[in-house]
Amino acid sequence: MAFINLKKKEVQVKIVYYGPGRGGKTTNLEYIYQKLSRRIKTEMVAIKTHGDRTLFFDFFPFEMGKIKGYDIKIQLYTVPGQVKYNATRKLVLRGVDGVVFVGDSAVVRREKAILSLENLKENLATYNKDIFQVPLVLQYNKRDLAEQGIPILPIETMEQDLNSELKVPFFEASALVGNGVIPTFKKITAMTIASLEKELK
Amino acid sequence: MSYTLQQNHLDGIENILKDQLPQVGIHCVLFIDMAGNIIAEYEAENTKHDIPALAALSAANFGAVNALAKMIGEEDFSVLFNKGERENIHFSKVLDEFLLVCIFDNEVSLGLLRLKIAKAIGKITEILKS
Ligand SMILES: Nc1nc2c(ncn2[C@@H]2O[C@H](COP(=O)(O)OP(=O)(O)OP(=O)(O)O)[C@@H](O)[C@H]2O)c(=O)[nH]1
Ligand SMILES: [Mg+2]
Repeated sequence: MAFINLKKKEVQVKIVYYGPGRGGKTTNLEYIYQKLSRRIKTEMVAIKTHGDRTLFFDFFPFEMGKIKGYDIKIQLYTVPGQVKYNATRKLVLRGVDGVVFVGDSAVVRREKAILSLENLKENLATYNKDIFQVPLVLQYNKRDLAEQGIPILPIETMEQDLNSELKVPFFEASALVGNGVIPTFKKITAMTIASLEKELK
Repeated sequence: MSYTLQQNHLDGIENILKDQLPQVGIHCVLFIDMAGNIIAEYEAENTKHDIPALAALSAANFGAVNALAKMIGEEDFSVLFNKGERENIHFSKVLDEFLLVCIFDNEVSLGLLRLKIAKAIGKITEILKS
């Protein structure tokens, strides 16, 4: 839940990258961090295993500039995607204002993406949040796998699997090289801020 | 969805952070919510911590320890204290939604510190409930 500081004319917003293990959430954040690094004064925080899997979260804050006279401060987080880390995943989701769901396009990961989205819905519900109400963007990541001969799902199938009811904006991406990362990020920040804008006077 | 605190509440909390706590040797103090948002902060001039990261990690750490508490049948732990060689960090829950994070070195008397923190929490709670 965003905190609006009327005294400092500042809004703090939390955006979380969610999705199945190894889907590319951390890779998204690393790319954004690198692109914005001139504007971020601090290190990215990453609580991870030796094998570079996220154990708790990745995090960095970033200042968006002003809207309606308010300084917008965005806090970006990832969750650990592995099924066994649900307890920590839930903690990261506390107070979330906007979500990017990063799905893996590989055919072999199809079921994992569907289950992970289901898990997002359940975890949001524990905070009395409705997945249909929360600003949400889908990202179909790893589109480049096709070039290596690894079968990927057609966009229509991913839309059918994940977005047939939600009907939220989606982006194709190859986070490893940065394709689609910034458009996804811009969309979720715009949607999240728009959802708060009426509360800014 | 969002929430806000009234200007006089924020002023009150900030005053407590900067007037009450530094005098016992706390050189950095944050008042945050459980989502990691920073509500008020005070940092002595010669310290330079990464405040947003401190807030994010504090909220997560406190959340994790409280999830553990529930697993072993404890309601929750309202205070956490991590002691280091030189620096220490003290977390206390304020109401259900907020956390007071205090950083201080080993020059500080723990007894006095606990007393001051308890007093500060009492005052902050009063403000939040008013
Ligand atoms: N080919 C390809 N590989 C990618 C892409 N994005 C990420 N990867 C790789 O996929 C692996 C997992 O990426 P991460 O970003 O660590 O995945 P994650 O979603 O953070 O995973 P967890 O932390 O376990 O939840 C890494 O080896 C990445 O380099 C992509 O667009 N294409
Ligand atoms: Mg990760």
